[in-house]
Amino acid sequence: MSEVITADLVDLDLKAADRQSASRQLAERLVKAGRVTDIEGFLADIAKRESQMPTGLEGGIGIPHCRSAHVTEASLAFGRAKEGVDFGAPDGPADIIFLIAAPEGGDASHMKILASLARRLIRAQFKETLRSVKDPAEAAEFIRKEVS
Amino acid sequence: MKFVAVTSCPTGIAHTYMAAEALEQAAADSGDEMHVETQGSAGSDPLDPQIIADADAVIFAADVEVRDRERFAGKPLVQSGVKRAIGGAAQMLDEARAAAAAGPPAGDAAPAAAGGGGLATKVDSGAGLGTRLRQWLMTGVSYVIPFVAAGGLLIALSFALGGYLITTAPKIADAGFDPGSMQSWARLLFEIGGVAFSFLVPILAGFIAFAMADRPALVPGIVGGYIAGQVGAGFLGGLVAGLLAGAVVLGIRKIKVPRSVAGIMPVVVIPLVSTLIVGVLMVVVLGPPLAALTTGLTNWLNGLSGANKVLLGIILGLMMAFDMGGPINKTAYSFAALGLAAATPASFQIMAAVMAAGMTPPLGLALATVLRKRLFTHVEQENGKAAWVLGASFITEGAIPFAAGDPIRVIPSLMAGSAVTGALSMAFGCTSRAPHGGIFVVPLIGNPLLYLLAIVIGTVVTAFLVVTAKSFHRTPEEAADEVPATQAAAAA
Repeated sequence: MSEVITADLVDLDLKAADRQSASRQLAERLVKAGRVTDIEGFLADIAKRESQMPTGLEGGIGIPHCRSAHVTEASLAFGRAKEGVDFGAPDGPADIIFLIAAPEGGDASHMKILASLARRLIRAQFKETLRSVKDPAEAAEFIRKEVS
Repeated sequence: MKFVAVTSCPTGIAHTYMAAEALEQAAADSGDEMHVETQGSAGSDPLDPQIIADADAVIFAADVEVRDRERFAGKPLVQSGVKRAIGGAAQMLDEARAAAAAGPPAGDAAPAAAGGGGLATKVDSGAGLGTRLRQWLMTGVSYVIPFVAAGGLLIALSFALGGYLITTAPKIADAGFDPGSMQSWARLLFEIGGVAFSFLVPILAGFIAFAMADRPALVPGIVGGYIAGQVGAGFLGGLVAGLLAGAVVLGIRKIKVPRSVAGIMPVVVIPLVSTLIVGVLMVVVLGPPLAALTTGLTNWLNGLSGANKVLLGIILGLMMAFDMGGPINKTAYSFAALGLAAATPASFQIMAAVMAAGMTPPLGLALATVLRKRLFTHVEQENGKAAWVLGASFITEGAIPFAAGDPIRVIPSLMAGSAVTGALSMAFGCTSRAPHGGIFVVPLIGNPLLYLLAIVIGTVVTAFLVVTAKSFHRTPEEAADEVPATQAAAAA
């Protein structure tokens, strides 16, 4: 099984006007990596989840996510947006954005990785490192190490 | 403190785990123990039942229905959406602490009402026989109380509309129903209430058996309970039938059967064999002596007069106030409520005494907060306002927030007041055909004015004793950490 995140799935200088645009840019990276087959279908699934309850969390985090038939393997795309993107959190826009793509009926080991990412997002140290990390490869490696 | 929590969210990918992490961290920060069951997509490991049993309170941070939530029935509970736990885990822990301090939810006598999975019991399989016996009986009682409430209030209402001769009025089936006639309505209510009452003993027996041996035991329990009614063994016969049915099913389960038969055991074989055994025993062997015992007990209760009647009122009053909605209170209450089915003057007097004695604890405390404000904290004064309503509605649990903070001074005062009220209600010969309702069913009560007098006297006694006891070595600050009634109610 391949890694959940690689350097080409990281955008440390994400510029997006809104959450749809941020999700689309990160989703394009997943399409390029062959992890998402149909970008429109995938984004529709993301939007559907987002409409149930915004995924923005206090502390500058946005985690658009879904289970989708258009996802081939569990994947993460990480975007850092200096200006922030509104994900509906009560305390303002998010600068740390994880697009979480889970295949329909994904296998347990991948789901565990996504679960541990979610747990890490609560920890201040994890967020600090992501805010200060310098290049995409370093970011991808740090995330992989943390969630494995 | 020890907490357990369940987290879940619509997709089961992110928030479930973030909430779990936040709760665990908050517990680690405050030095509490926390076990979280994440009902997400990575598969959930169910919490060890022992850990649930040991927990002081339960937190649900869930946007979708908590799976198997009956496992947590009867525990103090705090619940919210999943996001709240991510942002405000520490605050939720504080609420859980408050809920734990307030004790188990008041409505826990009916665990099935909590929704979620199917029927439930609160039986702790690891406990000693005495504890389990009590839990079996209380499970049965908890399923019967709604029948008592529905049937009893319908019958009480029918008497209010049509007078006491309604029992001998012609049946609706024979005389026909006339929507314009008050008598006809009264008779209809009487008959419907009577049907609900006719289920009391079968349901009691069925769910005692259910608590012991699960679903297959329902049939022999209900059938055995019905037979108990038929042979005149009443409430006592129902208890015996329920326990017998549970034991028989447990025994049959122990027999090893070939795999091919195992599938039809719970659906066909166990109900068939256990019902046959319980039925034969109830009709032939146990029924006659139990019927004789029941007749004897009924005659004894009816024959009680003067001092003995007052003594019974005192004992029931003490029981009602001792644990304010706990097992002892419920024992006294079930004795009275199930007795209503006998429809004898004595049973109506017992019901009246029990209800009155259950009303005075919150009422007395409410009065005390008004009489001597400075003895109570601001929170307690607020509780006092709620206690008026709770007491008037015969919800003894309204006294819990006061008793939890200062049991040594409060509980004996409550018991004294309730004993006085119970004794007076018996002495005045007040009767109640309604099993619940407090002040709102006073019009249905026999000797209503004396009944109110009994309640007022008990309330004053309670308030006077609480004020006196609290005047010694007691400052309001001591009680600063007590739980407001609103939170106790929210935990329910």
